[in-house]
Amino acid sequence: MDKVVDWFSIFWQESAEGTGTYAYTLLLGLQLTLEISVIAAVVAFVMGSIVGVCRTLPSPLARRLSGGYVEFFRNIPLLVQLFLWYFVLPELLPRDIGMWLKQVPYSNFYTAAFGLGLFTSARVAVQLSAAITSMPRGQKLAATALGLTTRQSYTSVLLPMAYRIVFPPLTSELLNLIKNSSVALTIGVAELTQSARNMDSYTFQTFQAFTAATLIYLALNILVTMVMRRIEHGVAVPGMLVAK
Amino acid sequence: MFSNFDFQVIIDALPYLFLEGMVFTLKLTLLAALFGTILGTILALMRLSGVWPLPQIAGTYVNFVRSLPLLLVIFWFFFLVPFIAQKIVGSPRPIPIDPFLTALITFSLFEAAYFSEIMRAGIQSLPKGQVAAGYALGLSYPQVMRRIVLPQAFRNMLPVLLTQTIVLFQDTSLVYVLSLNDFLGIAGKIGQRDGRLTEMYLFVALVYFLISFAASQAVRRLQVHTAIIR
Repeated sequence: MDKVVDWFSIFWQESAEGTGTYAYTLLLGLQLTLEISVIAAVVAFVMGSIVGVCRTLPSPLARRLSGGYVEFFRNIPLLVQLFLWYFVLPELLPRDIGMWLKQVPYSNFYTAAFGLGLFTSARVAVQLSAAITSMPRGQKLAATALGLTTRQSYTSVLLPMAYRIVFPPLTSELLNLIKNSSVALTIGVAELTQSARNMDSYTFQTFQAFTAATLIYLALNILVTMVMRRIEHGVAVPGMLVAK
Repeated sequence: MFSNFDFQVIIDALPYLFLEGMVFTLKLTLLAALFGTILGTILALMRLSGVWPLPQIAGTYVNFVRSLPLLLVIFWFFFLVPFIAQKIVGSPRPIPIDPFLTALITFSLFEAAYFSEIMRAGIQSLPKGQVAAGYALGLSYPQVMRRIVLPQAFRNMLPVLLTQTIVLFQDTSLVYVLSLNDFLGIAGKIGQRDGRLTEMYLFVALVYFLISFAASQAVRRLQVHTAIIR
């Protein structure tokens, strides 16, 4: 018993950063992980929806642009993308804008959140356009026959159905997004993985620090999965397969 | 905006970037994909075996690994592998292990979880009659797997396995956090030394893009080629 208490005691020690205990350090990390994930998820959903719809439009220009967007964000590693936004972009912009961009407070946090969002949006776009094209052709034809414009047939016929079909794959994209948010540590954001490393470098209690981070990620994963399963059952299209 | 670009920095770094960095990245990608596929297939077979406790062990491993960020797993392994090696050899001190080997172990074990899900889907996509027919012919379980199930599962899943390998190719860039000499790592070091990060990172992005794009186009063509029309 004493051994167990001893093992955990490190979490209640004052951290060398002077902000509270090491448990608090990890919680701050978790908070950043969650904040990045939420912003990135919104960006990914919005951009992914726009680009995903463009991939299915009749206009060749829209298709080509959205195709290029998807290939760009899918074929460069996330880490390199973050470096492009964080180190390269301010150098390429006109001098004044670049200087301003470098001085934005928490710029690394926003870079990570938006960079991760754009990276994920390409994946969302692919899933959404696959869902739209997987629907029976009659849906689009019926909408046109009813006299709906392209915009109307998307907003009132195709998309409501597509979002319900695409929900399960989007859940796994959300889980990926949360995991990928750890890459933010490469541009100096002390999210969960980095806060475990910080705790490790101050205390040399590597095992405890990494175990704690691992357990938090596991719990987060289970929680998100459970919530999404709940919603999934609500939005599932009757007659289509639903995971238990 | 490219007026003060120094292309000479990139040209000078080319041999080091490709002969050292890209070779490291590609070696790591291909070996990890190979071991990941083998381990993943074993995990998938365990998961579908129905022999207690094999499905439970494999399922727990796959779900556990898949819920962790790769970066955290990389940090875990670079911390743990020397200790495990110490236990195995019985040395008094943790043994420093070659970083490439540690990275290879990490990526193989990590990717095995993802490859196993692909193989599982591949095996489950086969009609049940295939297995039944094999048993009816008097084949044993290993024979059914080796001669009937796995060849078809591999063929069906080849495009997905290759796509996952492209993802793996991109993910190996994460060894940057350990300052290993992979493609990105070397580019970062040269860029920092010469104060030319902009050029180096743009070049790295371009190379990653060209390779991944070409590879994914090739996979797409292969997919059309190998698809079985039912």
